[in-house]
Amino acid sequence: MTRDELKNRAIDYLAGKVTCKEFTEAATDYLEGSQTWLGWVRFQMHLGLCPGCRAYLRQMKKTIHTLGRLPEEPIPPAVRDELLQRFRTGKSR
Amino acid sequence: MAHVSDRSVAEEVVQETWIAVLEGLDRFESRSSLKTWIFSILTNKAKTRGVRESRHVTFSGVGSTDGEADEPAVDPSRFMASGFWVDHWASPPHLWDDDTPEKQFLTKEGMLYLEKAIQALPLNLRQVLVMRDVEGLGSKEVCAILEITEANQRVLLHRARSKVRQALEQYVGGGRRQP
Repeated sequence: MTRDELKNRAIDYLAGKVTCKEFTEAATDYLEGSQTWLGWVRFQMHLGLCPGCRAYLRQMKKTIHTLGRLPEEPIPPAVRDELLQRFRTGKSR
Repeated sequence: MAHVSDRSVAEEVVQETWIAVLEGLDRFESRSSLKTWIFSILTNKAKTRGVRESRHVTFSGVGSTDGEADEPAVDPSRFMASGFWVDHWASPPHLWDDDTPEKQFLTKEGMLYLEKAIQALPLNLRQVLVMRDVEGLGSKEVCAILEITEANQRVLLHRARSKVRQALEQYVGGGRRQP
């Protein structure tokens, strides 16, 4: 087997066995860095070949980013007033 | 929180939490961050409340990792059902540009939609998603607060993110041009 054939076979082995479904099921593992090194390499190779999964991963990243930008929910005035009252008096009950 | 009773129970739990924080502040040691510590108190209060008022299903699943695990991250019909490309994209997601979906979700309507998508999640998924992605806690902290393993936490987080991504995709897809 020539060097190129060996290389192609290795690529087939690593990349060919990842399906898009598998990628979508383990995208968080990939993002969290919790995969094995081999698992990570297989996903990297799949991403290199698959525009659909690149788009999917980008959507996941942007979803996470958007969630992080949600403004904080304001405290209902009644709750705030009562808490402040308790803080001031120093009594919890 | 669709129901008034749930909402008011939640407000009470929040209030109890702040009071416990205030009382316990002397005893707080910086082994964990203040945020993590407050979240553990909040979760415990919610759990206690869930036991006390079992009719409020809101808190009954706190920390639970049951269910949801078998639901796929992406609608199976979007993958090839057979042939050489089985389980590869049949209908791949669109590549969002730099402003998508952020621009849409800076509007009041978009924000409301996103919040609804979060509220629609089952409690165990919502907890993990809110702590991790909305509040920005780390995975170790979330595992400690909810007393779950890292593997469980990742499963829950992935289910939750997948559902929210799907909701955003539907929202963004509404007014967009098809390629």
